[in-house]
Amino acid sequence: MTTLPETAARRNWTLSAFLSKWMEIGIVPVLILVAAYLPFAYFAIPEASALHMSLFGINLIGQIMCFALLALALDLVWGYAGILSLGHGIFFGIGGYLMAIYLLNSAYAETNVLPDFIQYMGTGGFPTVWKIFSRLDVTVLITIVFTALVAGVFGFVTFRSRINGVYLSIITQALTYALMLLLFINDVGLGGNNGMTGFTNIAGLRIAGVSTQIGLAVCSCVVLVVAYVGVRYLAHSSLGRALIAVRDDEARMRFLGYRTHTLKLIAWCLSAVIAALAGMLYVPQVGIVNPTIVSPQLSVEIAVWVAIGGRGTLIGAIAGAILVNGLKFWLSSQLPEVWPFILAGVTLVIVVAFGNGVWGTLKAAGEEANR
Amino acid sequence: MTASASNTAIYVSGLNVRFAGFAAITNLSMELRYGEIRAIIGPNGAGKTTLMDVITGKTRPASGEVFLDRVTNLATLDETSIARLGIGRKFQKPSVFEALLVRENLELAIRNGHGYADMLRSRLKTEYDQRIDEVLETIGLSSEGRRLAGTLSHGQKQWLEIGMLLVADPHVILLDEPVAGMTDHETARTVELIARLKSPARAVVVIEHDMDFVGEIADLVSVLHEGQLLGEGSMEKVRSDPRVIQVYLGR
Repeated sequence: MTTLPETAARRNWTLSAFLSKWMEIGIVPVLILVAAYLPFAYFAIPEASALHMSLFGINLIGQIMCFALLALALDLVWGYAGILSLGHGIFFGIGGYLMAIYLLNSAYAETNVLPDFIQYMGTGGFPTVWKIFSRLDVTVLITIVFTALVAGVFGFVTFRSRINGVYLSIITQALTYALMLLLFINDVGLGGNNGMTGFTNIAGLRIAGVSTQIGLAVCSCVVLVVAYVGVRYLAHSSLGRALIAVRDDEARMRFLGYRTHTLKLIAWCLSAVIAALAGMLYVPQVGIVNPTIVSPQLSVEIAVWVAIGGRGTLIGAIAGAILVNGLKFWLSSQLPEVWPFILAGVTLVIVVAFGNGVWGTLKAAGEEANR
Repeated sequence: MTASASNTAIYVSGLNVRFAGFAAITNLSMELRYGEIRAIIGPNGAGKTTLMDVITGKTRPASGEVFLDRVTNLATLDETSIARLGIGRKFQKPSVFEALLVRENLELAIRNGHGYADMLRSRLKTEYDQRIDEVLETIGLSSEGRRLAGTLSHGQKQWLEIGMLLVADPHVILLDEPVAGMTDHETARTVELIARLKSPARAVVVIEHDMDFVGEIADLVSVLHEGQLLGEGSMEKVRSDPRVIQVYLGR
């Protein structure tokens, strides 16, 4: 009699149940460990050791963390509020470009040499508004407010007019393309197709310096952890349940007395700000910003990462971004021509075979085992 | 005369609704009163669901008046505002949130779209919590509160949806075919449940095809035909009305 419940309890400890149950919280210490390991791996571990990491590798991890942030941002609106944005590159780009303006300001303060594209424009100096971006903390603050404002206006107009589903996706994609074309124009004053580069320092630290680059990668990990914890808190709250309800039946929610466009707007603006922060962290790590950051391709790719990882799971989005981008960096250096086919193949297989993405399928299997 | 006037919950007068030239409702006038259960019957396309759509703000009338308590013009408000005035609706096909727990469905309903800060902190007033327990008891789902709504049976989903109306304690309840697709046993339970909705401070309106069901619950029956009011009265009176028999019951 007493053995029965025990065997039932034991059967619960399948790998999928364990992963789906504990990784949702376990990812936090894992990411913190990664962040702590990066400086250690470069400075303390001798180069001969396999555990040593090159600056190139650390820089890659930092960039991938930025992409994971983007995926997390998209999963909040797509997985929870049901808004498939194919334009999150816009917010990523806003963060990136505003950060670049700050970086050019501080480079000029140090070297007193204007960037080429400003010299070609013949204005004799930076536009006056750029002066407000002369400090890093102010720049971060303004970027957050500005992004929330842009997202707020767009969201208010579209959600109120009840533009949903594929129509909204198409609009966001079209806007991304329009913004990219706009940024390609030299007269816009943001560097045209060459973009903006020639950064020398960030908050007084030499930008190409080893410790600065490691610091940025660590910072990206930390921001990802904070954003994940925050978004997870929201997603698992009653407000998160309301977002899921809006995703599944928005009309029904209206008849329950909810202003559904306000709910969507909250998720949308928060998501946009996270994407902008990702852009702010990304640009100093790659050392350049150009219009390809708002290319439609990148915006679609974010959705691919989330779909592969499993939408509506948060952790799946992060895992998807890390996996796909890790694979991309590795394969596109080995077999650059084959990479697009591999990505397309992997995407097709996962979407067809596991409709909920890798993590979603794992989670479902875990819940099944727990039943 | 004045007593019955003050008793009016929904007042509809000269209502016209058109869809791309098709007249769904033509010059309809009727009153729905507090304290009664009203059944609206009529053949398919008679305008029953359209009338509910107009009352709840889903559809805008071409002309005519729709008032709550003779003061609030519902024709100018959106769904959310109307829901917040205390007009609850159950749809024809069960529309509970299947990805959420039974309890979470009721929680969403009782909050009625208010208090985002509390929702973010997942805080629920104790009285709401108790009310949800009571309603779970009433709809017979006490032990199912922690189940995913999607795993409920068809009948249980319908009851959950009635529960979602009940928790919010609305003044007007509109039920669109609440027993469609139910077994006899489930129908009997639903009759009990709807009888419990009746209160002097509440108007209950039921659209239904099942005549036995209507006879059991309705105080008053309104018959719609081609968007117009064909007759109104007790079930017996309606059943014996030759015009009603001709267009509906006789077939």
